[in-house]
Amino acid sequence: MFSNALIISFTFGYLALLFAIAWFSERSASKGRRLSNHPAIYALTLAVYCTAWTYYGSVGRAATNGLEFLTIYIGPSLIAPLWWIVMRKIIRISKVQRISSIADFISSRYGKNVTLGGVVTIVCLLGILPYTSIQIKGIASSFQILQGSGVTETLANLPFYQDTAFYLALGLALFTVLFGTRNIEATAQHEGMVMAVAFESIFKLIAFLIVGVFVSYFVFDGFTDIFSKAVAEGLDHLFVMQGENSASEWFWMSVLSMMAILFLPRQFQMGVIENTNERHVDTAMWLFPLYLLLINIFVLPIAFGGLVHFPIGNYEADTFVLAFPIAFDQKWLAILVYLGGFSAATGMIIVSTIALSTMVSNNLVMPLLLINDQFQKRYQHRLGLVLIWSRRVSIFLIILAAYLYYKQIAGQFTLVSIGLISFVGIAQFAPAIIGGIYWKKGARIGALVGILAGFSIWFYTLVVPTMVIAGYISEVLLNEGLFGLGFLKPQSLLGFSDLSYISHGLFFSLTINSILYVVISIFSQQTSKEHNQAIIFVDIFRYSESLDTAIVWKGQAYVPDLRVLLMNFLGVNKTDDALQDFVKHTGKKLDDKIYADPELVNYSELLLSGIIGSASARIIVASVVKEEEISMEEVLGILKEARELKSLNDQLEINSKELQIASEKLKSLNESLQINDMLKDEFISTVTHEMRTPITSIRAFSEILLDQDLPEADRARFLEIIIQETKRMSRLIDQVLDLERFDSGRQELNLENSNVDSLILEVIDSMKHIFLEKGLHFEYNLINSNVLIQMDQDRIKQVLLNLLSNASKFANSKVILKAKITESHLLISVSDDGKGIPEEELPYIFDKFFQAKNQTSKKPLGSGLGLAISKKIVEYHHGTIEVRRILNYTCFEFTLPFAQSKMKIIN
Amino acid sequence: MNKILIVDDEPNILLSLEYLFKKEGFKVFIARDGEEALDLISEIEPELVLLDIMMPKVDGYEVCKHIKEEHTNIKVVFLTAKSKQQDIQKGLNLGADLYLTKPFGNKELVSKVKNLLN
Repeated sequence: MFSNALIISFTFGYLALLFAIAWFSERSASKGRRLSNHPAIYALTLAVYCTAWTYYGSVGRAATNGLEFLTIYIGPSLIAPLWWIVMRKIIRISKVQRISSIADFISSRYGKNVTLGGVVTIVCLLGILPYTSIQIKGIASSFQILQGSGVTETLANLPFYQDTAFYLALGLALFTVLFGTRNIEATAQHEGMVMAVAFESIFKLIAFLIVGVFVSYFVFDGFTDIFSKAVAEGLDHLFVMQGENSASEWFWMSVLSMMAILFLPRQFQMGVIENTNERHVDTAMWLFPLYLLLINIFVLPIAFGGLVHFPIGNYEADTFVLAFPIAFDQKWLAILVYLGGFSAATGMIIVSTIALSTMVSNNLVMPLLLINDQFQKRYQHRLGLVLIWSRRVSIFLIILAAYLYYKQIAGQFTLVSIGLISFVGIAQFAPAIIGGIYWKKGARIGALVGILAGFSIWFYTLVVPTMVIAGYISEVLLNEGLFGLGFLKPQSLLGFSDLSYISHGLFFSLTINSILYVVISIFSQQTSKEHNQAIIFVDIFRYSESLDTAIVWKGQAYVPDLRVLLMNFLGVNKTDDALQDFVKHTGKKLDDKIYADPELVNYSELLLSGIIGSASARIIVASVVKEEEISMEEVLGILKEARELKSLNDQLEINSKELQIASEKLKSLNESLQINDMLKDEFISTVTHEMRTPITSIRAFSEILLDQDLPEADRARFLEIIIQETKRMSRLIDQVLDLERFDSGRQELNLENSNVDSLILEVIDSMKHIFLEKGLHFEYNLINSNVLIQMDQDRIKQVLLNLLSNASKFANSKVILKAKITESHLLISVSDDGKGIPEEELPYIFDKFFQAKNQTSKKPLGSGLGLAISKKIVEYHHGTIEVRRILNYTCFEFTLPFAQSKMKIIN
Repeated sequence: MNKILIVDDEPNILLSLEYLFKKEGFKVFIARDGEEALDLISEIEPELVLLDIMMPKVDGYEVCKHIKEEHTNIKVVFLTAKSKQQDIQKGLNLGADLYLTKPFGNKELVSKVKNLLN
């Protein structure tokens, strides 16, 4: 019906379109616009679940088994609401631990164990290979039908170099290599590939809906027409659940597909590794089931329509979808449907192969190579290259192996049956994973034995029969059991023959697997590393935010060693970037010490985990780190501490941050207002009190002076007192005004370069007679330097006079003035040998009117403002003043810094 | 002759009061702080004490309290710069007979003291 050239050019045209989409999205992402960062895209990529099996096979299955085909879609839809719990947890673990595949996930959970990772990889390879090959079968057979040859056998028997399917497989491998192995970090998202897969999901859905509408409304007269004709043909048994065991059959199939949607390598790749945001799961929870519903609406109509319309034997039911457009001569519709099937198949092949190649490189190749010291030495600087090429080569090998499998075996089975066998293989991971993320006791050895046992039973009950049918093994095994033992018949173990072939295999493999996993785990002892991982996995939501700071390495490593290690995989630039990131986030410096911080070791291991998988990363980091065994208690302690701190902080922050800030502001405002108010009140009342004293004397004596018969001597004496008291008052007023100017910041200094020694001498000159009068011994020294210091001479003199006059009031016999200069300061101290200031009063000594308020100390002459003003003056010079008791001396000491640039200068 | 004790820490105020009351015919004793006053009171047993409040060592309130507890017949007149209502109240509550604020008029002070003694 179509020429080969036309079909091939459409096929490769479609591939070119995929290339274009992938290339465009990668370019857009490199400019910072990530198209894939959208929940709808995420949901669409999950639809990679719908392969050629869905596209062609559902109709085929419905044509023979009726409604049962739906189980594979009911399972995922039923479990979708649980994704919020399960999937989100797996995603969070994978992001935090930089998990690169499902093998890595399991290996990481059970102590980053190499063996387990390898076993899971091999199980995946063996389980998925047939599945991949049926995709090639789907492409090949649709291709043939489009050609019009109609006979499936012919093409499969051609030598490979004449087989179009072979070249298509190579094309797919090339695409996968180009868009799947660009980045060495397996955890890095494949933007181009994701967008291509999302496009394919839309394309296959639209193609299927169009053909569905065509069959239902153009070939037939709507659903009712099809169903009534089907009833007339005696097909009504397909409308209902069939037979005695149908209920258990539905149950087992749903369980199977629930596990498949989570653990198939391609689903894990799309759902977990390529996930850009946990919240996208929300949308996928309803959008993905909706997608499944849409793509299944027309399955039954097409199946029954095909059964009604086509004579038996003309077309395989698997190909009804394509047969209708051809039979009704709708060329373009036929091409569209073919391409839809092609997109369904290629989506699966591409994603599965990327996932598998990551597992092969990270969980098989790398560990094997790294265990070999010789190899590690020889290739240590090219490990990155080895890694990426092992991925590329394995992509080609996997696709070629799938092609070979298709040529040899797959041709003989329906799409669905092989798909289901793969599902059961993958389901063997369920106990280890589900147990691993909810049960801390789940142990490595239990997981390993469970998976191996389940896998063996899977092979024996499900794969062996297909090999018998394909003619590789004698039929005797099927009919009489292994060693002729009837209870070992592959399809009816222990005589169980009530279940269908698939359910039987699933039941036995999964049951034995689960029992072994649980029982062995209970009776085995975890190592501390394993236990550590178990806690992280199970309690991921508690720990994920504190993990960065919780250090579970204990040992010594050298920074240069780690740097070299990272450079081998990341290259110089990315390594530098990564280390700079580390420095920025932790605030720790790297260069000034040779020993690496445990946090850096951890960070390096995580970085490498993203590239070569956790088990390999552990091996390679261990090669440069002298690690000590860390006890379980230590690990728990660290994690708990980090967590508690974190949650405590969070709570405090969340609950009371804003409230606290607001109330604190108010409080401090209120407080400072109150204090201000109080101080002002107190100041005024003290000032007025201090003023009343001289006024009282003045008034009293003035009234006395009014008396006419006052002796002349008294009159003179009283007048002298009045004058003294008047002076005292005006001094007080001056000082109050001084202080007020300093307080309000309106005081200005008259700065000039001053000779310190001459200033000191001037002050001493005016104090000398007072010391003499009081019989005090006075000692002083000069700085003996011509250095000029900027200061307001009058003000500094005022300070010195105040200190000296205070000293003279309190001294017993001696006053000492010392001056010296340091590199940056002038330092002057005044000491007296008086009884000193009580310790509890020291903090208040510079307060205004302090001595006036203080009732119990001896009241000296003076206003009580001298020290307060002195302090202000020194502070205005950016200096400090303090008082302390040294031996038996009370020592006031003030400093003046040389640099005075910030001061106001007048004149 | 009336015996009067004048307590103040300001020498000039003390001098003026001493001059004033001597001239009015009082027998005048002086104390420069509360402690000195307490010592003198039991010794000289004055009829009236003219008392400042803000003084070193023992303040006027303490002195007044002591007098009113131990020597109920001695009259106490506060003569102070503290003029706030709560200070006045406190002084009167302690049993003072009169509360006068500084500055004062000489004649007024003398006549109030005399009134109190008669």
